[in-house]
Formats: sequence, C-alpha cells, structure tokens
Amino acid sequence: MKEIHDFTILECRQAGEHYVVLTLQHGGTMLPVVPGQFVEVQVEGCREVMLRRPISIHDADPQRGTLTLLVQIVGHGTRRLAEMRVGERLNLVYPLGKGFTTEMPPASRALLVGGGAGIAPLLYLSKALGTKGLRPRVLLGGRTAELIPVREAFEPYAEVCVATDDGSLGHKGLVVEHPAFGEPYDMIYTCGPTPMMKAVARSAAQRGIRCEVSLENLMACGIGACLCCVTDTDQGHRCVCKDGPVFDISTMQKWYQC
Amino acid sequence: MLSVKIHNLSLKNPVMTASGTFGYGEEFADFIDLNRLGGFIVKGTTGTPREGNPYPRMVETPSGMLNSVGLQNGGVEKFCTDVYHRIKHLDTNIVVNVSGSSIEEYCSVAEQIAALERVPAIELNISCPNVKCGGMSFGTDPQMAAQVVSAVRRVYPKTLIVKLSPNVTNIAEIAKAVEDVGADSVSLINTLLGMAVDVERRRPRMHNVTGGLSGPAVKPVAVRMVWQVAHAVSIPVIGLGGISSAEDALEFLMVGATAVQIGTANFVDPAVTMKVVDGLEAYCKRHGISDINEIIGII
Repeated sequence: MKEIHDFTILECRQAGEHYVVLTLQHGGTMLPVVPGQFVEVQVEGCREVMLRRPISIHDADPQRGTLTLLVQIVGHGTRRLAEMRVGERLNLVYPLGKGFTTEMPPASRALLVGGGAGIAPLLYLSKALGTKGLRPRVLLGGRTAELIPVREAFEPYAEVCVATDDGSLGHKGLVVEHPAFGEPYDMIYTCGPTPMMKAVARSAAQRGIRCEVSLENLMACGIGACLCCVTDTDQGHRCVCKDGPVFDISTMQKWYQC
Repeated sequence: MLSVKIHNLSLKNPVMTASGTFGYGEEFADFIDLNRLGGFIVKGTTGTPREGNPYPRMVETPSGMLNSVGLQNGGVEKFCTDVYHRIKHLDTNIVVNVSGSSIEEYCSVAEQIAALERVPAIELNISCPNVKCGGMSFGTDPQMAAQVVSAVRRVYPKTLIVKLSPNVTNIAEIAKAVEDVGADSVSLINTLLGMAVDVERRRPRMHNVTGGLSGPAVKPVAVRMVWQVAHAVSIPVIGLGGISSAEDALEFLMVGATAVQIGTANFVDPAVTMKVVDGLEAYCKRHGISDINEIIGII
C-alpha cells in the first residue's frame, strides 16, 4: 500500500555544509515503512523542478508517525528542500520500493557499509536490526570527515567505523581497505557511490557472504510505470524504484562484475 | 455530462492516460480508482520481449523531461497470458499501444490483441523516437504510415487509433493519409525529439544521446497540432502533450480533441487524472454545459 500525503515539517536541521536532516510528521496514521524504502518528494516553488525527488528514508517512528530524511544538497530541488521551515507542508508519495532484509538468524554478524548520501538508509536499518537483538557494525566512508554526516546518530545502535580518503577521520583509505571490512560476516548491506558498492559486492561474493546493495538511479515516477530508472541485473533490466532499490547481489553478477 | 465517443468506444469522460506513463494501470491502483478513467493506454507492446535502451534513459529539462526508454516490454505473449488477466476486470476502456520494427510485427501483435475480449481498441505507435528500426520512421512519411496502417486494418477489426509523431513538417498530411486507409481515430502528439548535454562531463545526458521531450514544455506545440489535425480529418482526435490540469485538457477539447491523454503529469502527481476529471465536471457546471461535446472543436 502506498499513499500521497502532505506531511508537516517538524524539524529542519543542517548537518554539515552539504546535508540537511528533515523530520516530517504524518498527522494521522502513517503507513508502515521498511528500512531501505524511499519517498518521492514534491518540491514546490522552484521553477527548475517539475519531477519529484526520490529520497531514502533515514529514520522512521511509526508510533509518533514521523519520517526522517537525510537530504544531500546537490541541485535546485534539494537546495529548495534545505530551505524549508518548520511547519511547512511537504507532499510525499510513500513508501516506495523494496527494502533491506531484516529477518536474520540470532547472533548474525551484520556489516553496513555506507558512503556519502548512501549513509541515509543505514540508520533505520541499524535500528531495525537492533530490534532483532543484533548490534551491527557500520562502516562509513567519505572523501573527508566533513562529508560523513550524522555518524553520531548511529552510535546507540551500532559499532561505528570510519574511513576517509584524506585520513581526516578514522582509517585513511577506502571503506573496502578498512581492517573491519575484511572480518567475517553473515550479511553485508551497502549503499553509496556505485564504484564503492561494486567493490563491496565483489568482495562479498568472493568471500561467500550474503550481500544486499541499495541503488540510486535517475528516476521519474518512482512506482515502476515509466521504466526510466532501470539497472542491469542477471534477469535483464529491472526498475530500481519498484524491483529495488535494494537488490540481493546473487541476482546482480552482471552489474557488479563490470 | 462528460461522456464522449471515440469510434465504437464509449468513454465515461474524455480523460485517458498516455502509453508509457501509466504502466499497466496497476501501478496507480493505490492512488486512484482506475474505473473512473475514460480509458487507459497500456505500455507499448511488441512481438517479442524488449530490454529497451541502456541507462541513463531520462533527464529533467525545463518544464519537462526527455526519455529514451526504447519500448522495454515483456512482449505480446506475456501481455495476453499474464498482464491481461490481472487488469481485464477493470470497468474502463483498456487500449493496448502496439509497436514493432516491421509491418509483419505490427500486424502480428494487433491480431493477438484483437483476440482479447476486454481490449476494445489498439493505439498503433508509428511515432516512437527511441528505437532504431520502425517506430517513428513509419510515422514521418505519409506513404509509409498508410502502408502500415492499411496492413493492420486488414487484420484488426476493432477500433484502430493511430498515434502520430510531431517530428514532421505537416502532421495533418500524415493524419489524412492514415484516415484514408481506415484509421478510426488519431492520437497526438508523441514526444518531440530532443537532446541534453552534461557540460561538466562533456557528453550527452542520455545513453541513447537523443530522446523524446514531454511535459508542460510541449503543450503549446501539441495544442497547435491537434487544432491543425482536427480541421483536416473527420475521424475523432485524441489530444495529448503536457496536460496536467482540467484547464489544459479543455484547451485540447476546444481545438478539436474528443478525448485527451495524460502522460508525464502522472509522475508528478499519481492522482492527477482524478483531479482533471473533477475539474472538467466543475467547469461544465460553472459554465452551464450539460454535455461536454458542446465545447469540443469550438475553435
């Protein structure tokens, strides 16, 4: 079930220079959301923007009826979102797409690898794994410490490791070069830049570790109607918006091997 | 008050959805009551399954978007044996958009769709700008257009709508050519061929380089072409191109469209079609119009 709904902005907080955290109140009964799902946000008052912007769900509180979005400011639409004020309305189509698998055997060792804005869905995923009694390890990467927002938000739910290209925080180098990456796991989840996710997927495949990747492609409809956002899979083109954004790498060899 | 006729099709209202923007209808079932539509045109269907063009396939442009999906679809057999059975119960006009790379393919798909009881019409797509063979090449030359339409006419007995390309000098000439060989209706416009460049990376924004422009940006071109075609043919015209409100739809009706299709606006507001239906009804009440046909073609 999906709906079109006007949410009210409860909080709008800058997170470093490039990100803003928006918390939105449903005001009624919010539909259930799963970690890894996303919303399509209508950006009003911006003549450059017609299409909705797909943004992943950073956090959700079903009891309070709130959704939190971590928005990376990249263009006209996301800049306008960053300027929104508490009390303003934001129209969403939600919840969209297939999320991460959170049903894991007890005591499973889970690693969450995020880069840049790809960190966003991993917070709600960490919380969801926490409710299953797991304490995952989260490995966050970025070019500089500045580009890894909201890492402190993960600390109650996960063991946080960081890798930066310039060494300004944590391990100096790529996430796949971080010592924690090479340890044994039962499941690896990843979301971030495509080269990072492909490197994570290749390594997981080699080590026989189950792995889910969350893709971000240019999108129009967000509901599987326009077929613009397709990715290559072993079964041919599949919509990132409807068949994903989360894919198990067992169906994605063609994608991560090239 | 809102009912209209396109050849043998009775539409509850003039609002349909455009092929390629509405999936198989099911994608929108959470947002609208599909039975309130005048009809919907399902995704372009070809003889064999097609993977379409490589990603990236779309880019947003001022008041519009370019797409180069390239007719990705599961093929006619999958439609008939699978999709059809999921949507056939709907109380609206289900129209299948038929595409192909050859006259034989168009005919074969049309014949298979003709056997489906709950599909009263096809929309023959001779105007897709995003495929190498067939598609638009059939729709930009009056003789070629007439050839494919007359071949399909021989094998398809139900309502035959032909979707026209705006990428021509004289669209009325193409419309007349297909009317002469038995088309029951024409729909226009398909997308306008366009292109966008990423100047930072110094390359085209889409893998296929060019794509079809749709959205509010194309509306004035579409209104003009519908007006030209409506004055040139006597078969019903279906207007589309950038419609996102009842006022937009009314422009098309007034210049001669008997019905309209809503496309790109479905991506912005998945419930837009219902707002257009409600808006048309409100307009008729406000202007004391008892039958929407009164305003069709008044310009």
